[in-house]
Amino acid sequence: MRFLGAFVRFWYDFIIGDDWVIAVGVVAALALTALVADRGLTAWWVMPVAVIGLLAGSLRRGLRGSSPERVERPEP
Amino acid sequence: MTRSVFLFLSAFLACGVEMVEALTIVLAVGVTRGWRSTLIGAGAATLALAALIGALGPAISSVPIDTLRLVVGALLLVFGLQWLRKAILRASGYKPLHDEAAAFEKERAEAGQAEGGGPWTLDWYSFTVSFKGVFLEGVEVAFIVITFGAAQHNGVATAATAAAAALVVVLGAGLVVRAPLSRVPENTLKFAVGLLLSTFGTFWSAEGAGVSWPGEDGALLGILGLLLITSLLAVRVLRHEHGLPRLSPARRAGEA
Repeated sequence: MRFLGAFVRFWYDFIIGDDWVIAVGVVAALALTALVADRGLTAWWVMPVAVIGLLAGSLRRGLRGSSPERVERPEP
Repeated sequence: MTRSVFLFLSAFLACGVEMVEALTIVLAVGVTRGWRSTLIGAGAATLALAALIGALGPAISSVPIDTLRLVVGALLLVFGLQWLRKAILRASGYKPLHDEAAAFEKERAEAGQAEGGGPWTLDWYSFTVSFKGVFLEGVEVAFIVITFGAAQHNGVATAATAAAAALVVVLGAGLVVRAPLSRVPENTLKFAVGLLLSTFGTFWSAEGAGVSWPGEDGALLGILGLLLITSLLAVRVLRHEHGLPRLSPARRAGEA
């Protein structure tokens, strides 16, 4: 039972991690890629654009979670 | 004879490219998170691959490779983006530089206590990423050997010999670059691992979804370049917003 709990927690941490939007966004971007490719259109650009958008959005959300106390300043 | 030499060289190069991709992932994870679990993951993938090939034989070409690429690529991409995000936040001063190492050590200590034996504790992240990379690339190597070799008499044996030669060369190269890699600053390595996992994840998952990349495997370099430029720009913008000075080349080496 403990192994099952650790197994589920591992995959939750691996896929969801600190930002669940990344996982959902990757699945949505892949669905869009498959749709575009299935229609015979050029689809290779979809994932790079989506990845950059997801990274930018995730960084923004990460900044909101950073309080000033946690911020590191360089040593003088 | 000429056809056999051509087959050997083609299979050697094609298998070499796939093996370098697997080696990159193993080296990146091994240097940043430790070798034991990473090598156990690579070994387990090799055994699983041997079992698959032994069970299926030439029928291995019926394995749904696009589904495998889609699933493995998507998982690597999700994991890689999380690493990249943390590395950018660290390099911009929004996250402590050593938080992940401390968290990993804490997890390892807790796991060691819980299971009553440190030596048997695995870092499942290293194991899983290494396993997936080696297994997927191994299946691709098996595909190459069978598809290249099927076209001519005794071709599979020639292609398999070429794959074995490529493995020896790639493993040798891995042993040579391991020591210099271990001297690279920790956060730079984590930054690089995030970039590499995101690059391979983007490439494989899109292929699995039906994409034909322009330039085939060469597209990996384009994706890597795009992600690298985007990440460095993000670090620069965030440091500016944060009121920190731009990274000098010396500090960049340690913080990026």
